[in-house]
Amino acid sequence: MSADTAVAAAPAQVEIFAPEKRRGRIRTFIRRHPAIALGGALLFLMVLAAVFAPLLSSIDPQALAPARRVRHPSAEYWFGTDMLGRDVYTRVIYGTRVSLIVGFAVAILASLLGLIIGLISGFIRVLDGVIMRVMDGLMSIPPILLAIALMAATRGSVQNVIIAITIAEIPRVSRLVRSVVLSLREQPYVEAAIAAGTTTPRIIVRHILPNTLAPLTVQATYICASAMITEAILSFIGAGTPPIIPSWGNIMAEGRALWQVAPYIVFFPALFLSLTVLSVNLLGDGLRDALDPRLAKRI
Amino acid sequence: MLAYIARRILSTIPVMLVVAFVVFSMLILSPGDPAAVIAGDQATPEDVERIRAALGLDRPFLVQFAEFLWRLVNFDLGTSIFTNLPVTHMIAQRIEPTVSLMVLTIIFSVTIAVPMGVIAAWKAGSWIDRAVMVFAVLGFSVPVFVIGYLLAYIFALELDWLPVQGYTPIARGFWPFLENLILPTIALGSVYIALIARITRATMLEVLAQDYIRTAKAKGLGTRPILFLHALKNAAVPISTVVGIGIALLIGGAVVTESVFAIPGLGRLTVDAILRRDYPVIQGVVLLFSFVYVLVNLMIDLLYTVFDPRIRY
Repeated sequence: MSADTAVAAAPAQVEIFAPEKRRGRIRTFIRRHPAIALGGALLFLMVLAAVFAPLLSSIDPQALAPARRVRHPSAEYWFGTDMLGRDVYTRVIYGTRVSLIVGFAVAILASLLGLIIGLISGFIRVLDGVIMRVMDGLMSIPPILLAIALMAATRGSVQNVIIAITIAEIPRVSRLVRSVVLSLREQPYVEAAIAAGTTTPRIIVRHILPNTLAPLTVQATYICASAMITEAILSFIGAGTPPIIPSWGNIMAEGRALWQVAPYIVFFPALFLSLTVLSVNLLGDGLRDALDPRLAKRI
Repeated sequence: MLAYIARRILSTIPVMLVVAFVVFSMLILSPGDPAAVIAGDQATPEDVERIRAALGLDRPFLVQFAEFLWRLVNFDLGTSIFTNLPVTHMIAQRIEPTVSLMVLTIIFSVTIAVPMGVIAAWKAGSWIDRAVMVFAVLGFSVPVFVIGYLLAYIFALELDWLPVQGYTPIARGFWPFLENLILPTIALGSVYIALIARITRATMLEVLAQDYIRTAKAKGLGTRPILFLHALKNAAVPISTVVGIGIALLIGGAVVTESVFAIPGLGRLTVDAILRRDYPVIQGVVLLFSFVYVLVNLMIDLLYTVFDPRIRY
């Protein structure tokens, strides 16, 4: 991360966020950034499904109907019904909400908290050693296990799932931000700003934050993807959202006992989960290539 | 050199202390009354008190932590609330399947992923390269249990080539043992392969652009010796680092893979412990896995000098 990254990133940013009006420009954009276009479009569809879930299905996702238990997919029940007669299609559509809320919330919270911790660690040298040792320790606990242990000590709820996954993701963000801060502090223009008597808050706002934005955005998309997988895993093994909430992990956990006779109960939420994570990963890869050409060449 | 190794080994002690502190304090710092949470909704006040005492939650925080550390040093992970057995005993009973699964997955993944990455870098831009990159994105996106069910459905239910679920100890013959672990290994390995293939490709691209590779080509060396002897040797350090870091993914994935394939290992133990809210067991498994993870990465760190003689501490 250095000054020339920022220079390289600037035009790309303008290109990405400029309003696309004419069709030719959209086509150019798709050709130049196929990953962002495909990932963004897929994710947009998922967001639409989450927002308009009640319009996409008139059935209550919790409605029990013992008379129509374990029906295979048909014109009436697109994704079939589960062992309690609930409509799998409806539950999967509503599950989009849980997954996206957890993914976005964790991405935003972990980025913000990681940014603050990274800035403190990069600027207040006295605290750096202690903070980084704590982060090393947290990073030594495999993220899913850390989330499992945190969930085991609290009650299962969407809010607690978000907190648990956020804690597991913070160390990586704060390490990233800290490394950006440390390398920027060595830059001549930052040294010049310090020599000229610029206050630390002003240096952070003018010089550090703009340079952190690109890598942090890319990191946030990857966190979003891994948070959605972790949420599904937690719910699948019974340490996530309470069973009453139709999250993809919960639907799969309920379908587990029947998966040899009714594999579609597991299959459809699995498909939606994979597609959503894929869309976010594509978006992240595309953003990385567009925002940081040098990093793109390396990875 | 010896001084470096000693210093590096000592440096893991504060990390492990932090791990122990985090795992220990989670229970105390969690909002609400952990004893009541663990006891469940139907518990009587006496049950809650019994669990509070069993977890040592009725004593001061620092006293508890000191005792906890002392027990750790003596390889005592406490007693299960549910079975009343020592946690170390329960872990020992369940450790073989998990270790087998993870060792097999590491061997399988590295054998597949490294050549994949090398060939992708060598043929950069070709359809092989693209295929490897698409595989890598898919490997990161399709969760391990999805791949697990898919494999089990195709190869066990439809084609009937391999057993659907279960585990056979290695003592009862190698083939029955291996047969049960093939599908779990592939499922668990997918993310890991994606990760290693990606870093191998990236590092190899960098190495292949260097002058000594051009020299090797100029003096008439064949492609294979250049790729696998000259180039890969220089790419070994970043690759082995990622192999080590990726073990965190494997540990998390093993918990799920064991649930999908009904393998009675540590992951299964963890899931059962979650359902029974048996916190000492969860705590013990998390601590064990984290310590192993730290030690494996320490070993890889020390191996660097073997891969790259230029590294002298």
